[in-house]
Amino acid sequence: MQPFNRVSGTAAPLLAANIDTDVIMPKQFLKGIDRNGLARGTFFDQRFLEDGTPNPQFILNQPAWGDVSFLVVGPNFGCGSSREHAVWGLQQLGIRALVGTSFAGIFYDNCQRNGVLLIQLESHQLERLGETISNPERNKIVIDLPQQTISLADGESLRFEIDSLRKASLVKGLDAIDSTLERAELIRQFQQQHWRDNPWLQR
Amino acid sequence: MQNPRTLYDKHIDSHTICTLDDEGHVLLYIDRQVLNEYTSPQAFSGLRDAGRKVWNPAAHLAVVDHVNPTAPNRIEVMPDEGGARQVAYLRQNCQDFGLELFDIMDSRQGIEHVVAPEQGFILPGMVVAAGDSHTTTYGALGAFGFGIGTSEIEHLLATQTLVYKRLKTMRVRVEGALGLGVESKDIIMALIREIGASGATGFVIEFCGSTIDALSVEARMTICNMAVEAGARGAYMAPDRKVFDYLADKPMAPKGDVWQQAVDKWGELKSDDGARFDRTVELKASEIRPMVTWGTSPDQSVTIDDLIPDPELLEIPTMRRDAQRALSYMGLTAGQPIKGVAITHAFIGSCTNARIEDLRAVAAVVKGGRVAPGVRAMIVPGSTEVRAQAEVEGLAEIFIQAGFEWRQSGCSMCLAMNDDVLKPGDRCASSTNRNFEGRQGAGARTHLMSPAMVAAAALAGHLTDIRKGV
Repeated sequence: MQPFNRVSGTAAPLLAANIDTDVIMPKQFLKGIDRNGLARGTFFDQRFLEDGTPNPQFILNQPAWGDVSFLVVGPNFGCGSSREHAVWGLQQLGIRALVGTSFAGIFYDNCQRNGVLLIQLESHQLERLGETISNPERNKIVIDLPQQTISLADGESLRFEIDSLRKASLVKGLDAIDSTLERAELIRQFQQQHWRDNPWLQR
Repeated sequence: MQNPRTLYDKHIDSHTICTLDDEGHVLLYIDRQVLNEYTSPQAFSGLRDAGRKVWNPAAHLAVVDHVNPTAPNRIEVMPDEGGARQVAYLRQNCQDFGLELFDIMDSRQGIEHVVAPEQGFILPGMVVAAGDSHTTTYGALGAFGFGIGTSEIEHLLATQTLVYKRLKTMRVRVEGALGLGVESKDIIMALIREIGASGATGFVIEFCGSTIDALSVEARMTICNMAVEAGARGAYMAPDRKVFDYLADKPMAPKGDVWQQAVDKWGELKSDDGARFDRTVELKASEIRPMVTWGTSPDQSVTIDDLIPDPELLEIPTMRRDAQRALSYMGLTAGQPIKGVAITHAFIGSCTNARIEDLRAVAAVVKGGRVAPGVRAMIVPGSTEVRAQAEVEGLAEIFIQAGFEWRQSGCSMCLAMNDDVLKPGDRCASSTNRNFEGRQGAGARTHLMSPAMVAAAALAGHLTDIRKGV
């Protein structure tokens, strides 16, 4: 997992509410058995016209947002299907972090597991950020995870909160399975007791 | 004395191996996982790449459901290359790692959240996770189920655990008797409209009250299933005698002395008196009417006798824009009655509403009727066992006589990953769970409602009020 420390780049506003994972990664891109080749599928129905050419209306097709590292999103982003393909696709499009007011639970965990930083701000902070980066002259920001700040092009700095466990694993790019398996003996002991207490659970 | 606890607290406490920090993260033991062919491949590849084993192969059950065709004649071969590759890889993975698989020709095949309860794979008191958001369904059995992504599937396969943070609790109490023609689908749709598509984000929901108690176990599953459409990361109900009776003869349920021992313990699975919830929502059953969505989010719904709302009346500008966009996508006008909107398709299926009781309700509506000209009406049973049962009961014959397609089991047009896909502009009355843009096909329009309401719409050729007869 790629560690996340201080990342600078372009931020694009996608402020509609309830952007779901069907919209982020439509069904026709879910037929793989690996994580690759998902960049084209990301926001496919919005990014491309019926003839397959880029839709000039869509923000990520506009020159000022062509090389984007961050999305500033509306409430409940990532709702719907659990498909992690949505996160892989965003990542393959170059997205390192998303900033919003609320994210759907499964999507939130999926981002964390892939080293994509999700930042939750208060509505007034998000409005401020969204307004600023909607201006193509001011759409560059710097996200500093160790310092927990977002620096805007106009000099303002927004502070954000994050669990220390999540922060540590993102900053270090830790493998979650390795960390858990350090407790293998504890898991084994728990399981034995759990099955003794509830004998119908052991198959 | 211990503080009064919610049933959610009890589920989490009894499965906590250890705490991981002082911010509420725990290592949570997971009893069961259900796997499908489309969200699991990369998890198995991860295990292979790292040379890891599956911690406890018996804790997992794999099913082919998302990509398979549902054509009336079931064949083993997947028609498209991607689907074929996913099914072949699942087969390989189950063989190599020693997991049980209900493959496409298995008489127990079907949609994961229909199959797992049907087989007794899910029991009260269990904590269950699966790579599908509708894993919340299992709460109706007194288990605690929640959806996870592929990286977590891999973590769960390798460790039998997940790193978990306790959520806030919402108690939804529904009291009173439902009116004629009002189903459990209408209860959950009414709740989603009331609290919004993110109203339960960060929460788990406990459902209770006399209305819930009076519902069958299958009807309760519909409610827990769709709780995720309000953002809930889990939904549950206290298991009662109905649940125990439902499970008693299921193939994988415990038998004999162990069964009795289990039932005794399951009887304690309820929230303590005085347990504190972070939020409480009360619904009166008598006020719930048949619901239909008009937009592209499950909270954009009205009762069937209502008018499509006017986005101009919404105060928040972003909400106004979202509603305008939804109306334009759906090809509808503010102020128009939802009743009478003409449909091209009727779909009865999905993990929300394709169990045997759903099909009985549909049969009661369509018996002796005829699908309206120009409407393609499909019934996709929730499992191959449901299909067989419907044939034994003569329901299939009723469907076929009425002009419905009687198909094989799978997720089908709920998410249209297989070949059951709508075309742009098609309008579908659907017993499913999501009306997102493009969900049933790019440019296609979905109206969510109860299975009986779908059946009535299929016969009428337009959205219609089940309470007025067909």
